[in-house]
Amino acid sequence: MMGMGKQRGIEILVGLFMAVGFVALFFLAMQVSNLSAAVNSDGYQLTARFSNVGSLKARSPVSMAGVRVGRVEAVSFDKDTYEAVVTMRIDAATDTIPDDTFANIFTAGLLGEQYVALEPGGSMEYLRDGDEIAHTQSALILEQMIGQFLFSKAGGD
Amino acid sequence: MILEGLARLGRSGLGTLERLGRAHLLLAGMVLGIGAVLRRPGLLIAQLFNIGVLSMLIIGVSGLFVGMVLGLQGYYVLAQFGAAESLGVMVAASLVRELGPVVTALLVAGRAGSALTAEIGLMKATEQLSGLEMMAVDPVRRILTPRFFGGVLAMPLLAAMFSAVGVLGGYFVGVGLLGVDSGSFWSQMQSKVDFHEDIVNGVIKSVVFGVVVTWIALFQGHDSVPTSEGVSRATTRSVVHAALAVLGLDFVLTALMFGE
Repeated sequence: MMGMGKQRGIEILVGLFMAVGFVALFFLAMQVSNLSAAVNSDGYQLTARFSNVGSLKARSPVSMAGVRVGRVEAVSFDKDTYEAVVTMRIDAATDTIPDDTFANIFTAGLLGEQYVALEPGGSMEYLRDGDEIAHTQSALILEQMIGQFLFSKAGGD
Repeated sequence: MILEGLARLGRSGLGTLERLGRAHLLLAGMVLGIGAVLRRPGLLIAQLFNIGVLSMLIIGVSGLFVGMVLGLQGYYVLAQFGAAESLGVMVAASLVRELGPVVTALLVAGRAGSALTAEIGLMKATEQLSGLEMMAVDPVRRILTPRFFGGVLAMPLLAAMFSAVGVLGGYFVGVGLLGVDSGSFWSQMQSKVDFHEDIVNGVIKSVVFGVVVTWIALFQGHDSVPTSEGVSRATTRSVVHAALAVLGLDFVLTALMFGE
């Protein structure tokens, strides 16, 4: 009888151990990683073409008015037009993006990561799944800007 | 003279190969013995208690302090660049990717691996293993296999606890003591730590470490010279080899997983 009680105590402690382990894994998945954000990937897809995307990568944020409304799914290269094609997934809740929206690639902070910023236009027609954003502005490349600045300084003097 | 040296080199080389062969046969025997474990889960539960439950305290305390130190050191460095809000990313990524699996494996090798080696070595020295064999009970299936799977199962769970407690420790120091904004601590962490790339790879790492640490511990015990000195040497070797294997494998796994 004593033996049975001890065995049961061990079983309860092992059960507790497993439970705590899985709670820790769950905590890491939901609270620490981006899984909670990735779960609602049921939004819709938009594409945009840029002549230069800088260091934009998959999973970079897409934001409107500074609020994240989606993520970049893929960045690929179109070998016919020599442009970069950015595929974005926009949250389903944000379904009122006008079709004359302007897509910019900005940098968060001076050396931060790059993100796509959408500036809504005035059209009453909304973009739907698979549509392409027509108006885009490429990433600002720091080296190019410095080069242009030096060039204009030299030209001005 | 030269021939004698060559012969000695050859002997040690052959001895090493033989030990490697025995170690792999033992591993194969334990992996194939999974059926025996599934038929008698009580044996596995007892080992999960020995390896998992009894390691929880040291894992929890170490995780907390490692996380707190990361929070403190990370804050001092990041604050110089005005990027203290990235503290959460730094703490979580370094814990989940590296420190959680590796430190847990080292602690388990010291806390549970050495105990496994001593236990098996003493069983061998007191001829309990031969006794089992004489009763037609396979000691690999009955004694070693449940310990092996206990270690393999316990390691990822312990590593997850280590990382989770560490993140909370970093939160306590960063947000609680040093005044980093709580919202950006979590949101930056969530946006930069990827579930598949970081968490899943960390779990894969700790499963590999679980296999390696328990395998080395059990093999050293099973292969020990059956004397008190032999068991003590095997215990030392078990911890040293396990630590070296974990650190070396960690580099290889990191290079394979996180290289772009």
